[in-house]
Amino acid sequence: MKCQHCEKPATFHITELTEPSGPTVMHLCEEHARTFLSTDGTATPASALASLLAKQLKMEKVAEDLAISDKKTCPICGISFADFRKGGRLGCAYDYVAFEDELEPLLVNIHGALAHTGKVPTNQSGSPERQHRLMQLKSEMKEAITKEDYETASRLRDKISNIESDDESSWTDDALEEDLDDEDEEDDTFQAEPPIV
Amino acid sequence: MRGHGPESDIVMSSRIRLARNLAEFPFIRKCTPKDRTAVATAVHRALDSLPLSADTEYVDVAKLGDLDRQFLMERQLISHELNESQGARAVILDPKERFSIMVNEEDHLRLQVMQSGLDLESAWKRMDQLDDQLESKLTYAFTKRLGYLTACPTNVGTGLRVSVMLHLPALVTTKQIDKVFRALNKINVAVRGLFGEGSQFMGDFYQISNQTTLGKSELGLVAKVQEVVPRLIEYERRARDFLVSESRQDLHDNVSRALGILCTAKKISSEETMHYLSKVRMGVNLGLIEDVKIPTVNKLFIHTQPAHLQKLCGRKLSVTDRNIERANYLQLHLIKRSENEKN
Ligand SMILES: [Zn+2]
Ligand SMILES: [Zn+2]
Repeated sequence: MKCQHCEKPATFHITELTEPSGPTVMHLCEEHARTFLSTDGTATPASALASLLAKQLKMEKVAEDLAISDKKTCPICGISFADFRKGGRLGCAYDYVAFEDELEPLLVNIHGALAHTGKVPTNQSGSPERQHRLMQLKSEMKEAITKEDYETASRLRDKISNIESDDESSWTDDALEEDLDDEDEEDDTFQAEPPIV
Repeated sequence: MRGHGPESDIVMSSRIRLARNLAEFPFIRKCTPKDRTAVATAVHRALDSLPLSADTEYVDVAKLGDLDRQFLMERQLISHELNESQGARAVILDPKERFSIMVNEEDHLRLQVMQSGLDLESAWKRMDQLDDQLESKLTYAFTKRLGYLTACPTNVGTGLRVSVMLHLPALVTTKQIDKVFRALNKINVAVRGLFGEGSQFMGDFYQISNQTTLGKSELGLVAKVQEVVPRLIEYERRARDFLVSESRQDLHDNVSRALGILCTAKKISSEETMHYLSKVRMGVNLGLIEDVKIPTVNKLFIHTQPAHLQKLCGRKLSVTDRNIERANYLQLHLIKRSENEKN
């Protein structure tokens, strides 16, 4: 048997037992097996994610809606939703805001949840909304400067430094925390029968 | 991995990984070369101002040669992605290899903590502290609602991946492994198995990890993996006892032949080596092979990989030369030990 990725004989047979699409067996040469195994446990390969997305979107959307979603673009990094669907990787943190409607069903599908309940950093100024706001203000300020409207420019500069110095101000947007985690949704008990010995 | 730590006859290692991104930069796929350099510089600077920098080494991966990169990959200190990608990237190494931090991998930061045997809680404790230290100097992309934001939505939330590598030769031999893992699948734990050629007698290493990262706390995710492992250990132990009581002679013959091949082959590939080392490892753990120690076997798994062999020889080797060198290396360590121990 040949390796799935090259002409060398396949000497490693790796079974991915828990892919979303069911167990998958891969036949790989030594080199490709090493490559494959060095990616961490379940980091779903971009291809698997793309097929998951395609399946899900087809179920939930008619072609026109999908075309509309695909054309959405992130105002910060410029990737379109179609770019994300192809590559399986987002372009910046603001994509979680820009593609919120598209990503939510995907997150539910992957994680079965939509709300973070883990660790919170002490410095919480890294929200993408805040980054976006800063970026907007900075570009407005630049524009004002080119127009030699120095009064506006200095007002904007004050606004920017206000946001930059106030670490907590960005949280207003996050007040709408939906509580979707029904803690008892799944039964975590391990149900394997013990080996017959 | 040195072959100690709790349950180390079955658990090879425990590993915890966190994905983090810096708020001021786009994710990797949209980073310009300048952005990548700026991310690396920001991390390097943050590290320099932390007490932990005294014992760590910041390695500029872009400047390393192929062999050095592959060597770090074989030791699982860097990933394939970091090895292969282009542009500014780095790894911060702890000299004792208890943790490493990759910079500009799939996310800006990938922190990982490694531990021999099964000890996820203390691994998480160390990870939490490492993360806190870095976070005191860097601003991570984060929202209250979705948690830590990552380049791939499969990691968002905690950014946490907990994984345990298990050696389960007896469950494979007794053909019970599939049944056990089918059950695991139901509880959102991911399993990856590694088999060699003609798999029935040799499927050996399995990695168990959490499948989701959002909606549960870090300790909750750790507990989920932690909870499954003792049962697997228990099943593997029972299967081992069963094999010893029912077919001791066959088993003894099988593991002894494996050791025989490793001690006498003149050319041996790395997959063949893994196959036989796995059997020897089980033989040692069952007391059927007495003069080899588990730490030696564990070390041989790592040192017989291609880049390790070439580093040990101090030069690049062709595949054939590697196979010869590997056979020499195995003999040196498997035969020498009995003489050493006699003295
Ligand atoms: Zn190949
Ligand atoms: Zn973006």
